[in-house]
Amino acid sequence: MLANDYDLAKALKSRGITRRQLVKFCSATLAMLALPDRYLAQTVAAIGKAKKPVLVWLQFQDCTGCSESMLRSSHPEVADVVLDLLSWEYHEVIMAGAGTAAISLLDNIVKEDKGKYLVVVEGAIPMADDGAYCTIGGRSAIDIARQVCGNAAATIAVGACAFDGGLVRSSPNPTGALGVHEAVPGIKVINMAGCPHNPANTAAVLVHYLTFNDLPALDQYNRPLFAYGRIIHDMCERRAHYDAGRFVTEWGDDGHKKGWCLYKMGCKGPEATFNCPIVQWNDHTSWPIRAGHGCIACAAPRFWDHMSPFYDRLPNVPGFGVEVTAGEIGLGLVGAVVAGVSVHGLINTIRPAPKPADQPPPAVGKEN
Amino acid sequence: MARIVVDPVTRIEGHLRIEANLEGGKLTDAWSSGTMFRGIEMILQGRDPREAWIWAQRICGVCTMVHAIASVRAVEDALQIEVPENARIVRHLIAGAQMVQDHVIHFYHLHALDWVDVAAALKADPAKTSQIAQSISNSEKSSATYFRGIQQRVKAVVDSGQLSLFASGYWGHPAYVLPPEVNLLAVAHYLEALAFQKDFIRIHAVLGGKNPHPQSFLVGGMSTAMDPNEPAAVINPDTIDLMRTLVHTARKFVDEYLVPDVLAVAPFYKNWFSLGGGVGNFLSYGDYSSGDPNDPKMFLFPRGIVMGRDISKVLPVDQSKITESVAHSWYEYSGGDTGGIHPSEGQTIPKYTGPKPPYDQLDVNAKYSWLKTPRYDGTPMEVGPLARMVVGYASGKKEIVDSVNSALKALNAPPAVLFSTLGRLAARALEAQIMVNQLEGWVDKLDDNLAHGNTTIFNPVRWDPGSWPKSASGHGWHEAPRGSLGHWIEIDGKAIKNYQAVVPTTWNAGPRDAQGQRGPYEAALLNTPVADPNRPLEILRTIHSFDPCIACAVHVIDAQGREYTIPRVA
Repeated sequence: MLANDYDLAKALKSRGITRRQLVKFCSATLAMLALPDRYLAQTVAAIGKAKKPVLVWLQFQDCTGCSESMLRSSHPEVADVVLDLLSWEYHEVIMAGAGTAAISLLDNIVKEDKGKYLVVVEGAIPMADDGAYCTIGGRSAIDIARQVCGNAAATIAVGACAFDGGLVRSSPNPTGALGVHEAVPGIKVINMAGCPHNPANTAAVLVHYLTFNDLPALDQYNRPLFAYGRIIHDMCERRAHYDAGRFVTEWGDDGHKKGWCLYKMGCKGPEATFNCPIVQWNDHTSWPIRAGHGCIACAAPRFWDHMSPFYDRLPNVPGFGVEVTAGEIGLGLVGAVVAGVSVHGLINTIRPAPKPADQPPPAVGKEN
Repeated sequence: MARIVVDPVTRIEGHLRIEANLEGGKLTDAWSSGTMFRGIEMILQGRDPREAWIWAQRICGVCTMVHAIASVRAVEDALQIEVPENARIVRHLIAGAQMVQDHVIHFYHLHALDWVDVAAALKADPAKTSQIAQSISNSEKSSATYFRGIQQRVKAVVDSGQLSLFASGYWGHPAYVLPPEVNLLAVAHYLEALAFQKDFIRIHAVLGGKNPHPQSFLVGGMSTAMDPNEPAAVINPDTIDLMRTLVHTARKFVDEYLVPDVLAVAPFYKNWFSLGGGVGNFLSYGDYSSGDPNDPKMFLFPRGIVMGRDISKVLPVDQSKITESVAHSWYEYSGGDTGGIHPSEGQTIPKYTGPKPPYDQLDVNAKYSWLKTPRYDGTPMEVGPLARMVVGYASGKKEIVDSVNSALKALNAPPAVLFSTLGRLAARALEAQIMVNQLEGWVDKLDDNLAHGNTTIFNPVRWDPGSWPKSASGHGWHEAPRGSLGHWIEIDGKAIKNYQAVVPTTWNAGPRDAQGQRGPYEAALLNTPVADPNRPLEILRTIHSFDPCIACAVHVIDAQGREYTIPRVA
């Protein structure tokens, strides 16, 4: 069924992976991306290529939490990603070389693999004061980002800070921090929002890119729809309690022990789009709402300013029951996001129309 | 004399630059510079103190949760909230698991490649590696077949010409002296540790929903509701079982991999037991009380100070003697830059005066770092696993004395070898073992409380801000994996008025003070031999032995604040 089966088998063998392992991994990833099985052969073939695509992981104003999150990847395991799926060559937190050895490696990749390598960005980019708030090898983050992202095939912005500046940009934004798609306009970016990003989603995007040579379908914030297309509240394991009017009203009360709805404790699940309840974290072990704490909507735009105070209840919900959809409740804060920094709990504003799910990703940055 | 610049220092958290002078094959001086800052303390001002931990936790995602625990402790101290026993145990479990996790990742993924030549592992005889593995550990994965498989996997990567993370290493450097068989052993365990860390830390997912950045802390307790009969309760008999399994896995890993590997590698590098000593003053706030959280006598890691490597006496810690100064940091103080200020009155007025990027060299006679300079009674102090082991050893804490003595016996060395680059490595491994042995007891205690109907995990008396005094202040301390961490908070009118964090890596990596005294990094690099200035492997060895965390260390802000205008499409 594969045109080039012989070479593929040879390529895999030389990398110490069995064909069975590869097919298993590809199937799991397709399921994550919600792609039909008929893409399996294509995925297997793409990932079995003899020359692995080069990946560069840049860290700017970050906490390294998104790198750590990637290390927790379980399907595929990080060793498989690093050794087999890609040639993961530049990543300061874990790469072998330092100083000039690291810098010249990066320069080489930009020159030799121009237009072909992938770049992951973690952390915000400070624009104020000539970029003095983040330098690497004496160069400013924005200088490096313009060069490395500008010459890449695509940029994957992981975590809230690379997405839109995240916590670093929250009021009063001391360093003039921005997310990568604002700091470096015109490049091809996919935003893996969240604090941190979920490595299962990022691995799926990498596989999608390797298979189809393109990014998956994106929403109006350049986030992939497969991961950010649905509201947490609609997928929440505590939803039945919400519909039945059973709420936690004090931490540690009977309802808290019974896993009732956390809405009254400030949960932002009705405002949050993320596949957190489905994919969960750390090999599908749990997620914050299961741990008894409300959602902070960490994948939402500018969530630090717009979703806090985190323990304040969301704006008035007109009655409880199955007839009220989370989408209606969601109007409040999504509107506030649009309205501006200081507005908490503004309701009755208009939500921007999302792009249809089947619209292709924006073809920006071709000139790079 | 040649100037060596290492920037970026990799395999650390954050952005660190080292400049050093090389003369006659040795370093004669060194300067440590943090090159990134975000400003989290200012961002916290005016916000709800109950959620400060959610923000402060993002100071660092490697030592995730350590700032959360310091933050809730600071607010609880300010509002005088007593935390239920179950919540204290859950916090110990989360923090203790973090310490074990951090120490494992540090040794294998951040530090090992300074000692282990990956390329040399290809020359190993897997049968001999197997013999070595079986002589030092009971690990089941020790057959020649297993090591041959690892070797083939590494060979396939090398043969492909695409070396991935290993592409930029200093392979073949004369300072690598391990036999090929030990290199292969370490490479195999590098991969085993990658698999281990993602499994073990599921304990944070159980108790916090996710890792990094678990989300279950509350001012007054934890959100992890307990009930023996409710499957939806976060802590129930099922999750207790899972935690017990995970803790068992960790104990096995530390006993069968981490400690034997460190003790196997160290004897090949004996000269590093006399290099990298640093300032020789050690500070530990102490932590992990077995009862009263405010009674240092009940701490697993004792509180105290050891000065000038003199382990015959332990001095008390007086928090009023802690200061931060900015003589060589890119900030200014209203009362002049030469004096130190206590963190409860900390000022944070940044003023970048360094070279405009891109630049080649810093002016180290002027200001040269985003880190401030913490001092205790005017003296530089080292914090971290070595400080905890030294203070604990000098205090006669049984677990620590026994552990250190058995390691010294295995290495056939006197306590003086602790004050070195390798001493830090050994201290970290021993500490991981001491900690991993505590975890099961804490799970058992939760299980016991569950069985006896003690399920209180939150103290609600101060949750309502209406119950707070008009103003309050407090501090929260924690012994994080990288050392003594303190948060200071001032609350006024139900909001945060001032917030300051003094962080382990700031103690260790800060620049010189006004008197010209070097901090621990800068002092530790003196006299380090450097065989090849273009491949300064030896600098990495000593810097990595501190396990730098620069994002933690730089956390100050611009009091003015600004919103940057988004540039138009070019």
